[in-house]
Amino acid sequence: MTKRLMQGSEAVAEAAIAAGCRFFTGYPMLPFTELLENMAAKLPAAGGVCINAASEIEAVNMALGAAATGARSATGSCGQGLALMQEGIAELALNELPVVIFNMARGQQDYFQATRGGGWGDYRTIALAPKDVAEAVEHTQLLFHLADLYRTPVILYGDYVIAHASIGVDVVPLAFPPTPPKDWVVDGTTSGTGRARQIWTWALGKPNTPGPGPSRAWEDIAAKYGQIARAEARHDVDRGDECEVLVVSFGTTAVFVDRVVEDLRAEGLRIGSFRPITLWPFPGDALDHATRGCSHVLVYELNGGQMVDDVRMHAADRSVVRSIGGVSQDNSGMRQGDLLSADVLRRRVLDAVGLPRGAS
Amino acid sequence: MSAELISSFKPDLLQTAEHELCPGCGHSPAWRVVLDVIAELELKPVLLAGHGCYTQLMTNSDLDSLQCLHGRAPAAATGVKRMLPDTPVITLQGDGDMVSEGLHEVLHAAARGERITSLLLNNGVFGDTGGHMTATTVVGQRTKTSLEGRDPELHGTPIDVSRLLAQIDGAAYVARGAVNSPGMVARTKRMVRRALELQMAGAGFTFVEVLTMCPTGWFVGTAQGPEYLEESMMATFGIGELKAPAES
Repeated sequence: MTKRLMQGSEAVAEAAIAAGCRFFTGYPMLPFTELLENMAAKLPAAGGVCINAASEIEAVNMALGAAATGARSATGSCGQGLALMQEGIAELALNELPVVIFNMARGQQDYFQATRGGGWGDYRTIALAPKDVAEAVEHTQLLFHLADLYRTPVILYGDYVIAHASIGVDVVPLAFPPTPPKDWVVDGTTSGTGRARQIWTWALGKPNTPGPGPSRAWEDIAAKYGQIARAEARHDVDRGDECEVLVVSFGTTAVFVDRVVEDLRAEGLRIGSFRPITLWPFPGDALDHATRGCSHVLVYELNGGQMVDDVRMHAADRSVVRSIGGVSQDNSGMRQGDLLSADVLRRRVLDAVGLPRGAS
Repeated sequence: MSAELISSFKPDLLQTAEHELCPGCGHSPAWRVVLDVIAELELKPVLLAGHGCYTQLMTNSDLDSLQCLHGRAPAAATGVKRMLPDTPVITLQGDGDMVSEGLHEVLHAAARGERITSLLLNNGVFGDTGGHMTATTVVGQRTKTSLEGRDPELHGTPIDVSRLLAQIDGAAYVARGAVNSPGMVARTKRMVRRALELQMAGAGFTFVEVLTMCPTGWFVGTAQGPEYLEESMMATFGIGELKAPAES
């Protein structure tokens, strides 16, 4: 149990390998690049393969092929690269192949992408948004488990801070309950036996082993996502003593919220915080409960207003929901801009609740 | 010994001989030689197929199969082969799938020297969609999207993907056959056999293009298919091994 100083990307790479990842591929793109570099450096020694793909489209399809053999497989990029992968992500959902996809995002503008997806069909992706590197290490391992448990693509929503922060971390391998046997893999062992296996989004099967066909298969898959929605929602809440003001945020932004909430509470404001850990499934019931009695539900996200939709959908009183975030990138376009600041957040909270900025 | 008619029995690696391919389609004889070679070499491969009329050849075959997104079979096959280096891996694509939508994936798989065998069933037309122009449609060919015939001024010229692949160092074997005559079928079978043998020997990326008839998509009579193929596609692309290691 000793912490080692390392970059978040290295910690996440070690967590992925500890979780059994044996195939990784990606196309370099900041701030995902260092995760790819670390996997290239570390995965071969663990008996795995890391490929520098020629495109994100190639990457997601390589990861799909590796997953079809039963290997724990992953890929990633930032949101711009995930945009190219959407066809493959939908395919993974609809042919039920488990792949972990790392979105080392350039900001918080990929919330819709992570929770709604850009592919076709009735599917969702489990999306975990860690608030710091230590949580990213846990989430990475959890995601490999959830991907296998539900046979689905899953997303880690990290960002520049998770990817680049250097921090003391202990990558402790986590134990999870057993997942179902992979009796569906295509590895050549059943070729020529009369019972050859087949993975196909249309699920029609082969003549000797007919499948349910697309309509039934997709209905079952949609039902599976309903089951995941009921079972896997995770959140973090701090209501203090019956708060009147609740600030909702996700990912690394929540660290700033924690600090401001602590300060304002010390100054006498009845304020709390709520953070969806799973962006999908969104912890709607928990938010409903947490917002009861609140006169202000303030959504702090660094985008034009994306998660606020889910907050309005689930808050006990949608009329008190307000967005206090906004689009904020620095000129590189790679990381958050000036809005990610405890001072700015504090001013926006005080403005929203009608208190003078200097004191409360 | 009397010759065995090709229609007189079903290969063991087909779960059914029933199919929905058009009369005169060249895909069936092309796939037949692939199945025969797999059986003769006693291989237990993984098959990855793209989207087209030929997809049903995958479905009907008693081979572990992964249906891939349009154009992406060589990428998915890379993931399969890297996890199962001792397992034969075969991709099956049409010209729309490989050369139009997926040119990037097949070129990069070859450049990496992936130890897979990629098969292209090239009929120069989107058969499944009902006769539209692909990247290999020959000049002058009428399709529903080149109504007066493919015109280089308007539609560009066909891509010779075998010639492209033969220039890539990672490609160990590149050959183009056809199935418009018994002799061509026999010659194509030797190419497929050589490609799979070289894959199993770890030689690198191996590739066989097979020119196949699509009288429906070409808007010619069923019986004219073989001769039309010779005059159009074979005249444009040629037949033979474009790249092969010296026989050992």
